[in-house]
Amino acid sequence: MVRPVRRGDLDQVIDIDATVTGLEKRKYWLSVYRRYGSAQRDEQQFLVALAHGRVVGFVIGEVRDWEFGSPPCGWVFAIDVDPQARLAGVGTRLLQAISARFRHIGVRKLRTMLALDNTLILSFFRSQGMMAGPLIALEMDLDS
Amino acid sequence: MRLQKNTSLALYSVLEFAGAPERPIAAAEIADKYGVSAHHLAKVLAELARSGILASVRGAGGGYRFVGNAKRLTLMDIIQMFEDFADPPAQRSASDTATPVDEALRAVLSEIDENTKATFKSITLATMMRLIERQQAAAAASPERTK
Repeated sequence: MVRPVRRGDLDQVIDIDATVTGLEKRKYWLSVYRRYGSAQRDEQQFLVALAHGRVVGFVIGEVRDWEFGSPPCGWVFAIDVDPQARLAGVGTRLLQAISARFRHIGVRKLRTMLALDNTLILSFFRSQGMMAGPLIALEMDLDS
Repeated sequence: MRLQKNTSLALYSVLEFAGAPERPIAAAEIADKYGVSAHHLAKVLAELARSGILASVRGAGGGYRFVGNAKRLTLMDIIQMFEDFADPPAQRSASDTATPVDEALRAVLSEIDENTKATFKSITLATMMRLIERQQAAAAASPERTK
């Protein structure tokens, strides 16, 4: 089952993220919850997947209007599944759920961005039908 | 970018085999379909069999059969059997003789290479077959294409 996040889910979301990244980012997740979890706007989505009453995955995204020169577009900026719950279609259901919510409010393009060496998640997004888009991420150091 | 002929042949072949894992396919059938020399194709298929992606099936109705894992094998796994991703000799300047032009060009070409490798590594045969299905569906739905 996939539904919007509730405050009581947050500890489990933090645990999943800490398991995957090795870092517990409680303050970060509280601020993400405040911005996306309790949002009244359909343009912001923070969804969790549940199995046997336990949070096993989450996806967070937002519609961005005209940023980077792009018409309104849904962005997925976080998705993860508890390693113990992988290979069961949880990620697929999360992505489908957020896509459906964006589609419902008229958004027709979904984008995301990730590290080139994150082969696992890159493979996942490609398996869902995502291909390289027209944007490119650039960076530079800011010398002090 | 362009792939070498053997690499393209390997990719086409693996996708044919992975698309019908339940039956052996003769090399001649694939050679006919893609208009290539059966002798040339045989060498490519032998290499794929040595790597464990295909298994040869002897006897009447034999050929090769796909025995890999389409959800795990990536385009890079196939491509790197036939392509060399190392820097070409001209770019392998020792760091103490490399000029600023060498280094700047190397940085740009490296950016392209890293994107290319990431793309190949992230597309499994299963994902590739879904892409093919979408192309087939688009072709079937487009009256212009079917004329």
